Amino acid sequence: MLKTFMRRAGKFAAIAAAGLVMSASVQAAEPIKIGSFLSVTGPASFLGDPELKTLQMYVDKINEDGGVLGRQLELIHYDDVGNASSARNFASRLIRSDQVDIIVGGSTTGATMAAVPLVEQAKVPFISLAGAVVITTPVKEWVFKTPQTDRMAAERILTDMKDRGFTKIGLISGTGGFGASGRKQTLDVAKDMGIEIVADETYSGSDTDMTAQLTNIRNTDGVQAVLNFGFGQGPAIVTRNYAQLGIKLPFYQSHGVASDSFLKLAGDSAEGLRLPASPLLVPNALPDSDPQKAVVQNYKSEYEARWDSKVSTFGGYAYDGLMLAVKAIEAAGSTDHAAVREALENIKGYVGVTGEFNMSPEDHNGLDADSFRILEVQNGDWKLID
Amino acid sequence: MLSEFLQYLFTGITIGATYALIALGFTLIYNASHVINFAQGEFLMIGGMTTVSLTAMGVPMLLAIILAVLLAGVFGILLQRFAIAPAKQADVVTLIIITIGASIFIRGLAQLVWGKEYHVMPNFSSDEPIRIFGAVLNSQSLWVLGIGAVLVVALVLFFTRTLIGKAILATSMNKEAARLVGIRTQLVLMLAFMVSALLGSIAGVVVAPITFTSYDIGIMLGLKGFVAAAIGGLGSGVGAVVGGLLLGVVEAMTAGYISSDYKDAVAFSMILVVLFFMPRGLFGAKVVERV
Repeated sequence: MLKTFMRRAGKFAAIAAAGLVMSASVQAAEPIKIGSFLSVTGPASFLGDPELKTLQMYVDKINEDGGVLGRQLELIHYDDVGNASSARNFASRLIRSDQVDIIVGGSTTGATMAAVPLVEQAKVPFISLAGAVVITTPVKEWVFKTPQTDRMAAERILTDMKDRGFTKIGLISGTGGFGASGRKQTLDVAKDMGIEIVADETYSGSDTDMTAQLTNIRNTDGVQAVLNFGFGQGPAIVTRNYAQLGIKLPFYQSHGVASDSFLKLAGDSAEGLRLPASPLLVPNALPDSDPQKAVVQNYKSEYEARWDSKVSTFGGYAYDGLMLAVKAIEAAGSTDHAAVREALENIKGYVGVTGEFNMSPEDHNGLDADSFRILEVQNGDWKLID
Repeated sequence: MLSEFLQYLFTGITIGATYALIALGFTLIYNASHVINFAQGEFLMIGGMTTVSLTAMGVPMLLAIILAVLLAGVFGILLQRFAIAPAKQADVVTLIIITIGASIFIRGLAQLVWGKEYHVMPNFSSDEPIRIFGAVLNSQSLWVLGIGAVLVVALVLFFTRTLIGKAILATSMNKEAARLVGIRTQLVLMLAFMVSALLGSIAGVVVAPITFTSYDIGIMLGLKGFVAAAIGGLGSGVGAVVGGLLLGVVEAMTAGYISSDYKDAVAFSMILVVLFFMPRGLFGAKVVERV
């Protein structure tokens, strides 16, 4: 009787032990799943395309170097076509069926905000690659983001204007999400900084000529400088109309058009305009003392060598997102959601392509306005001003 | 005051001329089949993008334009052959939906071939704007207006003086009767699509220096062009031009004198008012449905 019992217990223990060993070894071989939904095609593809390329390239690179915590990374990505409701569906699929450990994605603010309630509910760390200030203000427990906010861009531009002695400015903005949010932040920041917006014009995404709005701004009394907040081809048309009208006032654009393709579109008309941008546009002009210089140069040369296309600021957001995720997983020592989230929140002094990140429980972005550099277009190229 | 008004007027004319030229493309296929071809915007895109990429390869501009227009013509024929013709007896609404599908397909193809970026095309003549009484006018606007005028005249002559033009009109009025008098209606339809594609691609080339061009430019401009065509009266060449200019000038004046925020709202209210009192548009043909 006792003998049989002992034998049974022994068998049971052996099976249990075997099971344990097996599950442990499965655990070690199992890759860390990084989920992503990006706008790889569709109207926001200029964001999602370089973002996906960056993620793929660095996931491969990290795996070649031995992975994270001895485990390989696996990138699971979906294309939301710039559509918020598909973003929501894909986020749900990443969480429920793919059971990813962390999400790095969300090219647009719309896509990001659609996914936010899901990740908050499922308690999965989420690093967004979209711009607007609403993503991390107010702070959401599980949501982080890598790009600077549009508010910081507005701060940076208005500070530069103030330094040059301009206190009355004209504003023209696109009515799309980016332009509208930028306009709101600019009006807000201007009030705080004692700058008066004397003209406030808008244009819609399909407009092909903004001369009427610019004429209005030019004819407003006391305008000292003009700011255009928008992205896509609109700002390039505004820039050309500005030059055609022969307006001599200093002209600013937002970070939304900080790319070489904008220079190509706007051509000579862009001469002399200023904008806040990532140091990625002027990697060689950075002083050697700048800690970002090496990171930025590296990313640029690696990206351009692998994809044979120009590096873009947006890809840089994905680079930082992935690196932050890896750093957090390493710091947490596991992929436990709560531990990774905690580690993300405590990342300090990570120098990325976009800037230096100092996360805190009150700040899930971790950048400050100075991470933008003010550039000026001179002789058809970017020149670092500040 | 005068310079301001002139500036708004010129802006309106620039925008309006663009709309007008695009609207013209809609008239032809509408005349032939009563189908509103929503892939018309894609012909624009093919015209602009092909020209840009050929010139980038070193082809002289004029030759690039001619090749681009021819390519669009081929696409027009293919569209009719492979998308419209197989649907045969389908009613007009079905055909319209087919053109929407075709437009998505062509756009996807263009995205694969040309990528997703915007491209610049240089002005035909000088980049220097023209200054009149303190207002400036983009020299390309004159090209748009001029070519628009030439195309309208050409269209009118085509429909009233040529056998093919008359055959297209006959087919639109009564397909059965046209077939009975020996018109090959399928061929006529194919011709209509081809000529319409030619028109659209010419428009695409001429407006590209103003609007830039990209794989999705067709959605944006095609819709505005359609609105202009609807105001002017679908099927009327003169109507397309008047509708386009009217829409452009109203938009610019609203942006200038009222507020840029209400520009589109005013333009669309205008459409409602026009269509409310004149359901066939300003120059639309009076058609009596016989039962």
